[in-house]
Amino acid sequence: MSLLELKDVHAFYGGIEALKGISLTVNEGEIVTLIGSNGAGKSTTLKSICGQVKVTGAITFDGKNITDQAVHQTAAAGIAHVPEGRRIFPRLTVKENLEMGAFSVKDKDVVSQMMERVFAYFPRLKERLRQLGGTMSGGEQQMLAIGRSLMMQPRILLLDEPSMGLAPILVEQIFEIIRELNREGMTILLVEQNAYQALQIASRGYVIQSGEMIMEDEASVLLESRKVKEAYLA
Amino acid sequence: MISDLLHSLPQVLVDGLTLGAVYAVVAIGYTLVYGILELINFAHGEIFMSGAFIGTAVMLMFESAGWLGAMPGWLAYMLIMAAAMLVTGLMGVGIERVAYRPLRSAPKLISLISAIGVSFFLQDLVRFIAELSTGSYLISSSTLYNDNLQLRVSKLGGSLGDAFLKTNTVILIVVAVLLMVGLDLFVKRTKWGIAMRAVAQDRETAALMSINVNKVIALTFFIGSALGGATGVLFAQQYGTVDPFIGYVLGIKAFTAAVLGGIGSIRGAMFGGLFIGMVEMFASANLGVLTSGNFGGEYKDVFAFAILIVVLIFKPEGLFGKAVKEKV
Repeated sequence: MSLLELKDVHAFYGGIEALKGISLTVNEGEIVTLIGSNGAGKSTTLKSICGQVKVTGAITFDGKNITDQAVHQTAAAGIAHVPEGRRIFPRLTVKENLEMGAFSVKDKDVVSQMMERVFAYFPRLKERLRQLGGTMSGGEQQMLAIGRSLMMQPRILLLDEPSMGLAPILVEQIFEIIRELNREGMTILLVEQNAYQALQIASRGYVIQSGEMIMEDEASVLLESRKVKEAYLA
Repeated sequence: MISDLLHSLPQVLVDGLTLGAVYAVVAIGYTLVYGILELINFAHGEIFMSGAFIGTAVMLMFESAGWLGAMPGWLAYMLIMAAAMLVTGLMGVGIERVAYRPLRSAPKLISLISAIGVSFFLQDLVRFIAELSTGSYLISSSTLYNDNLQLRVSKLGGSLGDAFLKTNTVILIVVAVLLMVGLDLFVKRTKWGIAMRAVAQDRETAALMSINVNKVIALTFFIGSALGGATGVLFAQQYGTVDPFIGYVLGIKAFTAAVLGGIGSIRGAMFGGLFIGMVEMFASANLGVLTSGNFGGEYKDVFAFAILIVVLIFKPEGLFGKAVKEKV
């Protein structure tokens, strides 16, 4: 059954139509990737899902209509969005950043359990609990951003360009963790410019161009497609 | 000349600490709201004034009902304080809802003008209510703990003079310190306090953490305004008489204190308030002596604003407003 479904979604920025009726589904347990060039509408798609952009059309999550729902309600419903540029709270400590991820979790024991789980993925964070988020390196910030989103025990993780600006070795690490999260059952919608790596870990993929979905297929098929190769894997 | 300065020093310290404590708590209200909305809430001085009036009104009500003699002074004090904090807190929430939230995506200047409008509105509203019910906008009530104390500092020798104060002066300083410590702990340690800082740093991302941003902003206004209202009560109890215009200059000085400490920084606001209170009282007592009578104590107000100008020129981020370097 599909966990997340977008049907004929249009989004406008001022007078410009950023999404021209896109449709997309993510099934439980999948990694789905959305690839495309700069400005194609990848981030806008994620922002539409979490309610940061006003849209027309229908967005359903777990059978419920969440179109234009307030951002904090969508998050509380189980959609964790790791935004582009990581957006760590710079003057909160690592621990406080993680605690904010768990803002909607009432039970303190659950919060500390989740924190231990995050430390299992990212041991680095445990060593730096009292450090201010803004003073960490880019790779550490990305780890914190993903860890923070896991704190809310989401049902789906929306990742916006997690590899951006990271050294190749860190990109490897981040993708490895994404794969591991998925093996443990996390559903993931991954937006990437790094199309080759994204398609390698994804089960299915969508290609977006100028606000329209131009292709949709198994990731392995997209990897072999001449069109994708020429435009995004060159 | 030195002996004159020393003679008045104990009194200057006591008065400076008193006034400084008032400035400090009011400054926190400015800094909290600025931190979260980047808005200078010019109505905050009037919230302070409203707190003073509400405290005085409740006091007059106790008096006329004959309850004042029947209950212990500390209980009366706590009741007027609680009433003023609750009402001013709700006023703050209402002002945000009506005058600032609809303008949140408008240019900052628009909200600023709205704030000035609210400030005048509150002055006239309070004046209207006061005149309607008592015939005058200057209102006095009896004060609690107004017995005189004398700090016999002169016994320490030298040319130090004695300092005079009331029991209420001590209460004012103690309560102000408790309010500040309480707020500091709240913001540092509690989940909602951390959420306030998170919203101040990145509102969009805070919402992604399932934080209800509007609720946090309303909470910030409630807390900042309740602190301002509480200070108004302390002030009214200290000086006995209130009028609808006490919040104006005091508010601007408290704002100066917040800028001096680094607007957005809570500890900076506390320091700035105490500093400006001290400087002002020192000037008020000694300006005549230092300038051989050419300038009297009435020039004391110049100092707060001269400090503001100097800070804005040389350290615009304020003394405690250090920016953490953010890596991209």
